Amino acid sequence: MDLTGTAGDPASRIHRLDPRAKIIALLGITVVAVSTPLEHWPVYVACAAALAACAALARVRPADIGRRVRIVLPLVLLTAVLLPLARSDGLAIFAEVAAKALIGTTSAALLAATTPFTAVLRGLEALRVPRLLVQIAAFMYRYLFVIAAELGRMRSALLARGYRPRHPFHAAPAGRVASALFLRTYGRGERVYQAMLARGYRGTMPYATPLAFGRADALFVAAVVLAVVPVRFVA
Amino acid sequence: MSCAVDVRALEYRYPDGQQALRGVDLHVTHGERVALLGPNGAGKTTLMLHLNGLMRGAGSVEVAGLAVGRDSLHELRMRVGLVFQDPDDQLFMPTVEEDVAFGPLNMGLDRDAVAERVDEALAAVRMRHVAGRAPYQLSMGERRRVAIATALAMRPAVLVLDEPSANLDPRARRELLEVLARIDRTMLVTTHDLPLAAELCERAVILAAGRVVGDGPCDEILADAELLAAHDLELPAGFDLDRIERRAPA
Repeated sequence: MDLTGTAGDPASRIHRLDPRAKIIALLGITVVAVSTPLEHWPVYVACAAALAACAALARVRPADIGRRVRIVLPLVLLTAVLLPLARSDGLAIFAEVAAKALIGTTSAALLAATTPFTAVLRGLEALRVPRLLVQIAAFMYRYLFVIAAELGRMRSALLARGYRPRHPFHAAPAGRVASALFLRTYGRGERVYQAMLARGYRGTMPYATPLAFGRADALFVAAVVLAVVPVRFVA
Repeated sequence: MSCAVDVRALEYRYPDGQQALRGVDLHVTHGERVALLGPNGAGKTTLMLHLNGLMRGAGSVEVAGLAVGRDSLHELRMRVGLVFQDPDDQLFMPTVEEDVAFGPLNMGLDRDAVAERVDEALAAVRMRHVAGRAPYQLSMGERRRVAIATALAMRPAVLVLDEPSANLDPRARRELLEVLARIDRTMLVTTHDLPLAAELCERAVILAAGRVVGDGPCDEILADAELLAAHDLELPAGFDLDRIERRAPA
């Protein structure tokens, strides 16, 4: 599962930045792009250039970005592709949606490529995203594989006993698998919580090293803002 | 001297009315290794969860001189290292290192002390080389050993293990046994694996239907075929107790 890991040079300046700096800067690029109408298209170019510069500094290859973007982008673009057929100005709308989607997903892919997932979570927590949401995301990440394996085993058990869905009425066992999976994960949640309590958990996740937002981080955020925001007002 | 574990007249009834413990008395002295044997549903895990206050029944529970009570819970949990049966329940952090650090960080230790504990605990289970890996990348045996490290990192007075050899292949079981044998600590081991109990523990306690029905030197308890059979326990066919050598802590 190298899609969940980082890419590029782990020792690069971008990789070593505080996760908060990267979240703010890359989210900033996305917000600027999304809020820009097509007439101001040079903003898209500025956003793309900023992203390309970040990727180059981090030595993340275009192929690495491409692999990550490929998962999300088709879904977004699928809806946009139909637009030119439905409306006369559809082509322009398509171009706008496509540019925004591309910049947004590339920003997210770049964040994921330069920041380990746990660091992103810590950054979000430090940026005052509700702790509960952050912890839910952390546990989802940790247990995704466990639950996927569990689902795989249940599926095999169905198939092993000749389950072959041929029409919608045959979907009932799949529904039962879903509810069984829910109950199992619920049970697991209880046990994990007990295991946490057993090791002294008192409601907050302890961290060994505090995050440090330094000069390099401030400079990075400022550079990205300067590269993108003025264009928005000039163009 | 206080007992490492001192359980008196412990009773517990589940909310659904099922009586899990019916007056359990158990006294474990410091440094002792005790195997807690019994069929499924005997109340072994329930008893285990009582030892650090995850469940509270009637009666008294004292661990390393500290009575289980509302005010002592945090302190108590630092003294009892609980290792759950399914390592996936125990290992919830993204990497092994972070997981082993979880307990010491909750104890409020500083960064260097935490790093030292993590290193020491991983070395004790011979798992130092996987510190940066994610738990799902490890084999069952490796995960089990890391789970033990997460408890050891808190330097507990008592180590409590729930079915440590469940779902392990013979080699992983052997490695686990070697790791456990070297750990010099009071140990309470819940298991169905009677040969493991024979090799590891000097004392065995049989729990059945929520009561202690046998308590004595491991060799004697395991040699009592009638007692074992009465409580749905049995040694593997052809197993020779006399050829077992108990492993002393290093």
